[in-house]
Amino acid sequence: MNDTTLAFKNVTQISEHIVEVISDSGEGAQRCGQSLGSIAARMGIGIWTVEIIPAEIRPPARSVAGASGNRIRLGAGRVTNGGDLTNLVVAFNEQVLLGRVRDGELAPDCTILLESLWREHNDPSIRQSYEKTLESLRAAGYRVIEIPMARECAAVANAERGKNMFALGMLCSIYSLELKLAQEQIALTFGKKAQKVIDTNVKLLDAGYRWAEAHLDFKYRIPAERPKEAQIVVNGNTALALGVLASGMEICAMYPITPATSASHYLSDVFEKVGGVVHQAEDEISACAFAIGASYAGKCTVTITSGPGYSLKQEAIGLAVMSEIPLVVVNVQRGGPSTGQPTKAEQGDLMTAIYGSHGDAPKVVMAASTIEDCFYSVITARRIAETFNMVVVVLTDANLATSQQPFPRPQFDPAWMAPPIDQSAVPEGLEPYDWDAATGLARRFIPGQPNGMHALTGLAHDRASHVAYDPEINEESIHFRSLKLAALQRTLKAPALFGPAKGEMLVIGWGSTKGAIEEAVETLQGEGRKVSSMHLRFLQPLPPGIKEAMKGFKQVMTIEGNWSDRPEDQLIDETNRRYSALAMLLRARYLRDIDCYSEVRGQPIKPATICEVVRRKLGKPKKT
Amino acid sequence: MTDTACLLKLYDEKYELEDYQGGVPRWCSGCGDNAILAAVQRLCRDEALRPEKTVFVSGIGCSSRFPHYMRTYGFHGIHGRALPVAEGVRMARPDLHVFVNTGDGDCCSIGAAHWIHAVRYNMHMSVFLHDNQIYGLTKKQASPTSPRGTKSNTTPRGSYLEALNPLTVTLGVQNVSFVAQAVDWMPDVLYEVVRAAFHHKGFSFVRIIQRCPEWLPDQWEPFIKDPKRVLRLDKSGHDARNIDRAREIASKMDPIPVGILYRDPEVPCYEDLRRSPKLRTAELVRTGLESEFDKFTVWPS
Repeated sequence: MNDTTLAFKNVTQISEHIVEVISDSGEGAQRCGQSLGSIAARMGIGIWTVEIIPAEIRPPARSVAGASGNRIRLGAGRVTNGGDLTNLVVAFNEQVLLGRVRDGELAPDCTILLESLWREHNDPSIRQSYEKTLESLRAAGYRVIEIPMARECAAVANAERGKNMFALGMLCSIYSLELKLAQEQIALTFGKKAQKVIDTNVKLLDAGYRWAEAHLDFKYRIPAERPKEAQIVVNGNTALALGVLASGMEICAMYPITPATSASHYLSDVFEKVGGVVHQAEDEISACAFAIGASYAGKCTVTITSGPGYSLKQEAIGLAVMSEIPLVVVNVQRGGPSTGQPTKAEQGDLMTAIYGSHGDAPKVVMAASTIEDCFYSVITARRIAETFNMVVVVLTDANLATSQQPFPRPQFDPAWMAPPIDQSAVPEGLEPYDWDAATGLARRFIPGQPNGMHALTGLAHDRASHVAYDPEINEESIHFRSLKLAALQRTLKAPALFGPAKGEMLVIGWGSTKGAIEEAVETLQGEGRKVSSMHLRFLQPLPPGIKEAMKGFKQVMTIEGNWSDRPEDQLIDETNRRYSALAMLLRARYLRDIDCYSEVRGQPIKPATICEVVRRKLGKPKKT
Repeated sequence: MTDTACLLKLYDEKYELEDYQGGVPRWCSGCGDNAILAAVQRLCRDEALRPEKTVFVSGIGCSSRFPHYMRTYGFHGIHGRALPVAEGVRMARPDLHVFVNTGDGDCCSIGAAHWIHAVRYNMHMSVFLHDNQIYGLTKKQASPTSPRGTKSNTTPRGSYLEALNPLTVTLGVQNVSFVAQAVDWMPDVLYEVVRAAFHHKGFSFVRIIQRCPEWLPDQWEPFIKDPKRVLRLDKSGHDARNIDRAREIASKMDPIPVGILYRDPEVPCYEDLRRSPKLRTAELVRTGLESEFDKFTVWPS
């Protein structure tokens, strides 16, 4: 079997396409999608894959809300976000497909490859539903191609399952991907299983490929550019876990919570190989307190959680702030408040991250903006935590957590590692909180250090860590804990501008929206609009240079995945409008009338949406 | 041998009681906490514990002021969370002596979930439950161990529920390895129990019945006046390996059983199950990382 195209086919060269593979939970659409992404990436095609996850483990079969699968954006060159609307879908039943249609995720001219077995189903209501749906989809203008996937699979491999590999074969044909790479990918994916399993899956792959070659009248090619340096493909949570490994941290304390947990799953598997421990605590509070105990004892520790767990940890985080124990807290944000939308993306926790915990509890807040950044942020966070004896919060979200994108394979640097625990004697006369007048920094006293004995406390305390109710002392300690943020801020670089330093509009973002914002800015610049963007990695403290950068633009706005009141609402005016989190922070700090656009749809913001928002704000382009 | 263990000095050192005495206790006179402090300081001296290698972890409440009165490392944290903090310390540092001081509100109420799981983890630490059956610092509210009918500021007509028994709860948890009880007015028994707890490898749980002269001044008077109302287990022939008998003894409060109810030195410690024997060098981490990167690498070919 080789990779030749039938003569009658036209191969259309395209610069990008968005593909979805969706099924009931457990039918393997996710594996199909991930494999497609990996194969394309190995050919040098840019990818961004997003998991489509139902909230339940096993939602009822053939249910509209039960779609499980993967969305893969393929593009020439680097792909930085999930993009806009889907161009091609492989669906294993019409109901999960309906869910995607209703979510408005499909392009109006989307091609749908639909499993046709339902047409002959024993249950008349299923037959009816299938035909009705098919009709309505065609009426809506979609091109639906019915494919007897189950039947074709049964013919080649007598396989109940395996439709996903058949679908992978079809997609390899459609996108002119090398079949040999796909076969290798299967061997890699099923590497731990018997050869027979690999052989069956390869057979199904080949069958899908052949079927598409013989029956489909279209084929695409996306220009590939093979990367010069090695790339790795992982999702954000795996990148986080790798970052924990690379940071030299030794203990991760966690409690299961969606969507953070997969980071700990992966970490549990690999951490022990390098002498690390993932402790699954009895609850979120305990996980945080355990991490604080280990950090206090000299080993800076990380706790990984999502929204509700982050709320539960607040009191313990305040303790770490008060007693100046280094700690890394990762919050993989999901929809909130309360249980909210566990599997959906949101950027709703920024204010909680900065202002959470009662009283004045200054902590460092960083946000990873790419999957690669998930890896490096943890390393940076550990170093800042130990240098400043502070809590460092790293925000990611469900979008980064489950998306995959290639990035250059990191080159390990021994400097990433935490130094060994300092057990040297404390010099005479030094006190546990000998705050430096200029920076607020003090030497960290660690158990085992002779002469360092003291009782650390969450109560207000003086330099000797003695409980103090004295008004002067209380102010002094709060002053120095606050000062550390300014000391850190002085070491930060001004964030780079994406685009020219002068123009009509500056768009500012943070976290996972980076790729979408920059893609939108490029599009807008292509239209002749003078738009630039800036993406913040540090939210607390805010880096220097933002005020100066904003001066070059007539308007500034933020784009965020959290709530902001809609100005068009009858009740909303400038005296009561609740702005998006970053907009609020920037307005307060820089006294500028900064607008915002935000969404809480549980989905990553699309570049096309951002373009629309900016066009609306700027009005008709001026003729030049 | 761990990286830190080799820093231990290998010669004997002698310490005096003053070497363990920190700040002047601010507890009320007649408070049982003073007796516990005296027993523990004596233990530290007799065992010549190096002050810098010793950590007392506590939560919030009268009893949790304990670390301030020791001249060792101390961690006076937040309400109910002493045990998870101590677990983190233990996981990170096998070379430290870890003690926990907690009260009946701290351990049996707000921190109850941690208590159950701490028993199950069986991490090597000595835990002293200072049980005065009342919230002291917040000024007299009923605690889970207050006997039914206890009049307090939140139960002015007497508390409604039967008291929780910390001994039977602890003895009911899988993996329990050491449970003892002492009373503050019998200092020798208290010392022996604390000493046995220290020498137990694993999670040693000691409930210490203590007087609160401020809020429940007469609670224990009948027991103090009549020695027959205290049962010394060391003189009763109790076999501390017999968990069924231990549970039976634990369920009775009159006479008050004192001494070791249950001890099983064979229960594995969580930290020993989890901690890696590997020396964590940069090279080890690099090798581990590179092998993971290999799995995820899409090679340019």
